[in-house]
Order: sequence, then C-alpha cells, then structure tokens
Amino acid sequence: MAAADTPVFDVAVIGGGLVGSSIAYGLRGSVGSIAVLDEGDVALRASRGNFGLVWLQSKGYGMGAYSRWTLGSTRLWPRLAARLLEETGIDVALEQKGGLTPLMGDHEVEARLAWVEKLMSQPGVEPYEWKLLDHHQAASLVPGLGRDVTGAIWTPHDGIVNPLKLLRAFHTAFDRGGVRYLPHHGVTGIRRSGGLFRLDTPQGTVTARKIVLASGLRNGELGVQVGLNLPMAPQRGQIIVLERTRRLLDTPMVTLRQNDEGSWLVGDSQEDAGYADQVTTLPVLATLADRAVRTLPALKEVRAVRAWSALRVRAQDGFPVYEQSTAQPGAFIVTCHSGVTLAATHAMTLAPMIAAGALTPELDTFSTRRFHVQKT
Amino acid sequence: MFRRLEASTAAASAGTVRISVDGVALDCREGDSVAAALFAANIPACRETAVSGTPRGPFCMMGVCYDCLVGIDGRANQQACMTRVRPGMAVVRQMGAREVAR
Repeated sequence: MAAADTPVFDVAVIGGGLVGSSIAYGLRGSVGSIAVLDEGDVALRASRGNFGLVWLQSKGYGMGAYSRWTLGSTRLWPRLAARLLEETGIDVALEQKGGLTPLMGDHEVEARLAWVEKLMSQPGVEPYEWKLLDHHQAASLVPGLGRDVTGAIWTPHDGIVNPLKLLRAFHTAFDRGGVRYLPHHGVTGIRRSGGLFRLDTPQGTVTARKIVLASGLRNGELGVQVGLNLPMAPQRGQIIVLERTRRLLDTPMVTLRQNDEGSWLVGDSQEDAGYADQVTTLPVLATLADRAVRTLPALKEVRAVRAWSALRVRAQDGFPVYEQSTAQPGAFIVTCHSGVTLAATHAMTLAPMIAAGALTPELDTFSTRRFHVQKT
Repeated sequence: MFRRLEASTAAASAGTVRISVDGVALDCREGDSVAAALFAANIPACRETAVSGTPRGPFCMMGVCYDCLVGIDGRANQQACMTRVRPGMAVVRQMGAREVAR
C-alpha cells in the first residue's frame, strides 16, 4: 500500500494479537477510523501459544492493584463473550465455574497458603472468595484426582476460554466493519510531524492521530521512540497438547485444562530463555507430563500430539504497563502477559479511556514510572 | 470403490485372518493393515470426527494423517493403517472423541 493511499486514521493500534485486538474491538463506535497494524505469520505471537485461562488467583502478588484490575476483567468477561457471539457468531467457549491450583505435599500446601494470604492482605486488593481444599474436596471437583494432590487453592472466579476462537472472533468483528486490519505492517519507526504520528512499515507509512503500542515484546524498542522506557523480560512457557477426549475435566487447573473441543493442555513452565521460542526441551516437557499424570492418573493412557513453546510478554516486574506518553501525548502503551484474562477489561474499560484521550488515575500504578524510581 | 491392484492379487492366496469389526466377523488377507482390510470390505468410513461428528476414512495410508483412527482390542484412537490384522482382533469404529477412564 503506498503512503498516498492511506487515510489518516483516528487511532492506529500497533499489534494484532489479543491485546491489540481487544483494544481495537473496544474502540469501535467511539472512534471514527481504526487501523490494526500487524506483523506476518512469523512473529513472537503469544496469542497463538497461550494456555487460554481467564484467571485471577495467581495475579497481583507484589501489586494489589493488579489483582483488583484482573477481578474486574473476570466480571466483564461474560458480556464480552456474549457480544462476540452476537456480532460474529463465534462462541469463544467461556466457562467460569471456578478453578484450582493443585498442590502436592505439605510443603507446597503451606507455601502456597502463605503466599495467597500475603497476596490477599496487600493494599489495593479487593477481597474475593477463595478456599484451601483438602484432597477429598478437590476430588469432588475433579473426578479421578491423583492421590499426590494433597490440597488445592480454589476460587469461583477462575475459568477458561478458547484463545484461538477469541482471536478469530476479534478479527471477524474487524472484517464486519469499523477496523482496518493491516498484516505485514510491522512498525519499524515512529515519527511525529504536524500533530500526527507517522508509522514506518515495510508497506509504507501509516498516519494516525493517536497510536496504541500493543506490540508485545517489541513494546520495549517502540516505547523508546515515544519517550516511554519499558524494560522487557520475556519468559518462556512450554505446553503439551493431548489428543481429544470426551469431556472429563470441568474445573480447570492452572497447569491442566481440557478445551471445549476435548483437547487437553498441559502447562505451565516458566523459564528465562531470552527470545528463543522455536525449541521445546525434554526436561521441561517431561516434568510437565509427570506432574499432569500425577494430577490426573487416567491421562497416562492419553497420547501427546503436540508440544510448543511461546514467550510470555512481560515487563521486568511481571505486571501490566498502561501509560500515555507525556513526551508524545496521544501515544499509549499497553503491555501485559495476560492478554486473555484482561481482554474484557481492555475492550470495555481501557479502550474507552484511550478514545477519550486520558487514562484514569486508577491506572497510575501501572505506569512505567515504577521502573525509574531513584533507589538510595 | 476400492479394489486391489492386479499385481498384488497373486499374493492374495496367502492365509486368511478373521477379525471382527463392530462385533461382525470379517475375513481379511494375512499381511493387510486394518485400514486395507476395511477398504477391501467396503467400509470406507472408519470413524466420526471428535468435534463435528463428520464421517472420515483412511487417507494417507502411511501413518501421517490420523484419519484412520479406530479402536483395537479395547484401545481407542489406534491408527488402522499402521496396524496389521491379527487373528481374533476386535476392531471398533472410532465414533467421536475417545473416553478417558475415571
């Protein structure tokens, strides 16, 4: 596309994964013209590698506001799923029936209990229901639960969605109008002139009045160009997929879930591996498989059909980043590793703020200023 | 429909192996894969898919496509094209997703 062919967009969202897509989806209606600039098929695309949890209980240790923000999103999720179904005909298979963190042995139970209690006592956390279950209580939710699982943390707020259907639903909504999706438009440079942002891409320049940086791990290098200094720290996760079976597991676990179409996902490893997302490693996969079989012994008869690794999009401290640039007003940055869980609030809470031109004080905690506090 | 190539017909005089398919006895040629035996018996659809319930049959015949899944001797989701018939083998068509023992 030649530069002359492109109009001036009211908002250009840089990044067509779940984060960028949920924001663009939420901007429709309140913004005249929206573009989503995406890379091609080969990208560090967490949106195609993730586990698909809509998850609260592990979020916010060290930043209470993140727990509250996540809780808000879990509450908005049913409305997002209903809207997507109505607009696109795609059922993203949201289930919010509660979820478990399985624990094996006294040491894990005690450590996790202390961890959750500390999380819940932080300022900024909105209290929510949670319980430590013993084996029998957990087994009533998970038929065939392994004896090794001696306890579990449960909340009613946790759940799952089908993340691939979610991404497809957003893009189907774009096709129906209101958002121009531009693939192969990886942004290489951001310039500002005449009050407009000019985004350099391999396909030419795209011009917009406002921009949203939602380009995952590339937000570090792009942020610098609008005066936002954001230290990124990718974290690799590996996932094993098991063959489809009849439905057995209605209560998802943070490490094991069954999809709406019957596949099983086994996770969730955490490694510092730089940007290497093209390899899986046997020690990690073996550990994941061993723990899954100890959690649900019937799975030892179910075959693994695939494994992959993907990179979690993380700022240095693991918490989301939301900020409008002071140096370049109109440039917003959005970074988080829970693009699925937060999709609802990104579409329904964050996008209206961006449309209005200002983030509310509630989001101050999430600015990059926390990385630049002078330490004595 | 499917029929054997002339060249291989000569080898057909090899022994007969009796298996069952969904409980019905079927005489097969020794050395056949389960998939070949199903084709020879004019059973092209050996399964229904796990999500939409669409009928499917063996496609690649070389262990790649996983469209020939059947139950064999109590084990679900076995590749019919990669398994040779054995006397007494009990084959069932794979109707939808497999079960997991509770």
